Amino acid sequence: MTATKGRVTGVNGNMVTAQVDGPVYMNEVAYIENQGRSLKSEIIRVRGDSVQLQVFELTKGIKVDDPVSFSGELLAVELGPGLLGQIYDGLQNPLPEVAEKTGYFLEPGVYLEALPRKTRWAFTPVAKAGDTVRRADTLGTVPEGSFTHRIMVPFNLYGDLTVKSVAKAGEYEVTDQVAELVDAEGVVHKVTMLFQWPVKRAVDCYAERLKPTEPMVTHVRLIDTFFPVAKGGTYCIPGPFGAGKTVLQQITSRHADVDIVIIAACGERAGEVVETLKEFPELLDPRTGRSLMERTIIVCNTSSMPVAAREASVYTAVTMAEYYRQMGLDVLLLADSTSRWAQAMREMSGRLEEIPGEEAFPAYLESVIASFYERAGIVRLADGSTGSVTVGGTVSPAGGNFEEPVTQATLKVVGAFHGLSRERSDARKYPAIHPLDSWSKYSGIIAHEIVAYAHGFLFRGSEVGQMMKVVGEEGTSLDDFAVYLKGELLDAVYLQQNSFDPVDAAVSPERQKRVFGLVLTVLGTAFRLKDKDEARSYFNRVRQLFIDLNGAEWNTPRFAEVESALKAAVAERSEGLDPVAARHIETLER
Amino acid sequence: MKKVYSRIESITGNVIAVKAEDVAYGELAEVRTRFGASLAEVIRLSDDLVSLQVFAGGRGISTGDEVRFLGHPMKVSFSDSLMGRIFDGAGEPRDKGPTLDENLITIGGPSVNPAKRIIPKEMIRTGIPMIDLFNTLVKSQKLPIFSVSGEPYNELLARIAMQAEVDIIVLGGMGLKYDDYLSFKDALESGGAMSKTIMFVHTASDPVVECLMVPDISLAVAERFALKGKSVLVLLTDMTNFSDAMKEIAITQEQVPSNRGYPGDLYSQLASRYEKAVDFEGSGSITILAVTTMPGDDVTHPVPDNTGYITEGQFYLKNGRIEPFGSLSRLKQMVNGKTRSDHRAIMDGMIKLYAAYKDTLEKKSMGFQMSAWDGKLLRYGEKFEKGMMDLSVNIPLEQALDRGWEILADCFEPQETGLQTKLIDQYWPKKTA
Repeated sequence: MTATKGRVTGVNGNMVTAQVDGPVYMNEVAYIENQGRSLKSEIIRVRGDSVQLQVFELTKGIKVDDPVSFSGELLAVELGPGLLGQIYDGLQNPLPEVAEKTGYFLEPGVYLEALPRKTRWAFTPVAKAGDTVRRADTLGTVPEGSFTHRIMVPFNLYGDLTVKSVAKAGEYEVTDQVAELVDAEGVVHKVTMLFQWPVKRAVDCYAERLKPTEPMVTHVRLIDTFFPVAKGGTYCIPGPFGAGKTVLQQITSRHADVDIVIIAACGERAGEVVETLKEFPELLDPRTGRSLMERTIIVCNTSSMPVAAREASVYTAVTMAEYYRQMGLDVLLLADSTSRWAQAMREMSGRLEEIPGEEAFPAYLESVIASFYERAGIVRLADGSTGSVTVGGTVSPAGGNFEEPVTQATLKVVGAFHGLSRERSDARKYPAIHPLDSWSKYSGIIAHEIVAYAHGFLFRGSEVGQMMKVVGEEGTSLDDFAVYLKGELLDAVYLQQNSFDPVDAAVSPERQKRVFGLVLTVLGTAFRLKDKDEARSYFNRVRQLFIDLNGAEWNTPRFAEVESALKAAVAERSEGLDPVAARHIETLER
Repeated sequence: MKKVYSRIESITGNVIAVKAEDVAYGELAEVRTRFGASLAEVIRLSDDLVSLQVFAGGRGISTGDEVRFLGHPMKVSFSDSLMGRIFDGAGEPRDKGPTLDENLITIGGPSVNPAKRIIPKEMIRTGIPMIDLFNTLVKSQKLPIFSVSGEPYNELLARIAMQAEVDIIVLGGMGLKYDDYLSFKDALESGGAMSKTIMFVHTASDPVVECLMVPDISLAVAERFALKGKSVLVLLTDMTNFSDAMKEIAITQEQVPSNRGYPGDLYSQLASRYEKAVDFEGSGSITILAVTTMPGDDVTHPVPDNTGYITEGQFYLKNGRIEPFGSLSRLKQMVNGKTRSDHRAIMDGMIKLYAAYKDTLEKKSMGFQMSAWDGKLLRYGEKFEKGMMDLSVNIPLEQALDRGWEILADCFEPQETGLQTKLIDQYWPKKTA
């Protein structure tokens, strides 16, 4: 706590005005003393000796003249071993522990330590006395789940430091001293496994930022093949209510091919978080064979929890993601939903009586969204290893209209756009990502030109479909009709994926390539068909075979059997393969 | 004892301001005017200037009227003697019964810790096939009924209130027409459900500030009963009136509006009410059914739109029926696997056939020739609408499933239904010769 003292002079919703008698920092954490409680808040505006605070709690009961004390620190999170598997609120309070203390309800003014203090970690020193180190260099390691958790020089110790001593191998608690470091002025810093970092500052301890190129495999065909996301990239999922944003996030959080997943449930239903938190401990991570919870951190500030903490929650989540990135790990941050976060900003902006921008969102909305997504990235660390933070955010546009400010501001800064459509979700076509509206700037598991070939059929098929609505089937030529059926087939057997089917739920890149090759064969083949009825029934047969194939386990005789049945069915009516398709298939098989 | 202030500095709409000391945010005060006393709530503090919204409204308040601060926030009495009673939005009796003031509880309390919630698992039976069979209501679910003015949504709520298998019903009425209030009362009294019902009713002619209190009071009472192990159903009608009241207050308070005049925190305000729906681990539950009328039948209007993002599905009430297509209960999968083995199959199968019927209807209206299959579908659609969709149908789930099979058997051959052979063998009604 600093020497500065303040007293409340005004209350308006979750914004409190206070008079102060000394220096304060912008975004400093302050506590309002009220009825024996200390209510956490953050300075968001300073005007002379009057400051405005956003309070992270319900403000009921606060009185004029209540004392305010200032911490001298910005809003920060605790970083150290023991973050994995935790369930936090937006301010990094562990919710299960809070429940033990206060029961069913979240009482205001209860703040607990984020990291368990009593857990003993097996420390192995890496640095030696006399070494010169810089921030984020490794001092030692502890095992955390299946990861080697690096105990690093705290990110807030700047300049060259000399190691004075390092603890011997052994078991320590997070607050035990593990090293002593001497800075250029000769000041000795005692280092523990735990340190704090302000959430709104990006962690910048890396040698250089790299271009995201390697695909982050989600095991969702439509994403991996058509609209890929790169490790260290960003993507957004806008969609109207009920289109399946949250379900898609849940599927990704389960199957994504990354080391660590951080879920930021920001201003959404509590019920959805409950599902994740009750189910994840039971599910196994196919990569490690351990519980999925061991690679997951949940930050949840649901819709009925205080709004100011909702604004903080996405930063809390991204800071933890950056921390694990510093260990050379690939981290995926899923934020659901960034619109609720933007709305929290709007509420505060309104109370500050700022001049509103479009739809009353503050004028700085775009730059704030941009700087949040810019915290994603793949970096080369000082020791040469690489680590990445990938950010995927859902957007809940008002009325399902993508023209609104949050969607537009997000589209400007992300590398991939997975737009969900009400039309597709109503037709139960899942995942409901619209294949014609969505885009990605990253390269996926299959070369772009090959995907474009298939995508062309979707596009032309949809055109023919539109035309048929006007002129009827009888006014459409058989060739056009075949294109239409091919487009429909691609949609039905490749774009759509059944997340409830144990085999189809997660499809490996290897298998995606193989099946895509088969789909290309069908798309590129000219078929001998008498009339439209025959065409329809033939394509229905092919579709059924593909669906059986999607349900057959990879590398089993059953898969091979359906695959050859499919090939036979194609050969039976083939009048030759388009040379372009043939070349693509050859590339795929290579 | 608290001081009495007798000089009102400003009066804007329903909001008055007085200079006072030692007042807490959210505290309640009593304003004595020549028309009687009214409660008022502190909504803003700025140095010694205290802004209060007066429940009875600002009309007729004199700058010389007395304001007495009560030293506590809005509270409501909680006890078993609430049962069967009717109150207004300020918690005052609307029936002839006595004022209750023992065991006062604060309204608008903190949110439930997500870590203490459990995955919902029990269905609530209502006797309405379109709900029980096709979009099952689940304990702790929050569901709006999207509707337009003129639809019988209040009748539907009254029926659910009478038939739902719950311990306690709390009905919160906002901006109700007086006639509607009376019909609710009559329906519940004649249906014998009044003894387990508590009503908080704000009618259209009451002061608008009281409308804002109704959901919080209703939910605070519901929450206490739930913590005592009761399963509580909260019925709110109409949340659009509640949102409009919020809009009215926000505008007179000179807040920056966001979308069609609604305040920027509309989502958070609605969510903090709906999120009170909960299944307490080891105790009772709260389920919320709330009518949201859509102005101009427009689902993208800010109120239904924000509601849709918050709730777990929605019922569309259209042309006096619950529409099978737009309606959705997001939690139905959690319970309908445990009722009867044919529940899910009948649910999906009958809706697919009904969709086919709709297509046929369209074809028919365009004058295309009807095939034998079309004829069957037309027959089926009619029976389905009459036997299942009509709101007057009142049968338990099992009977509704049996009726589903009867309708199918009446119209189709078994293989035409697309249902699994195993189920057909078990449930297909045997023709008596």
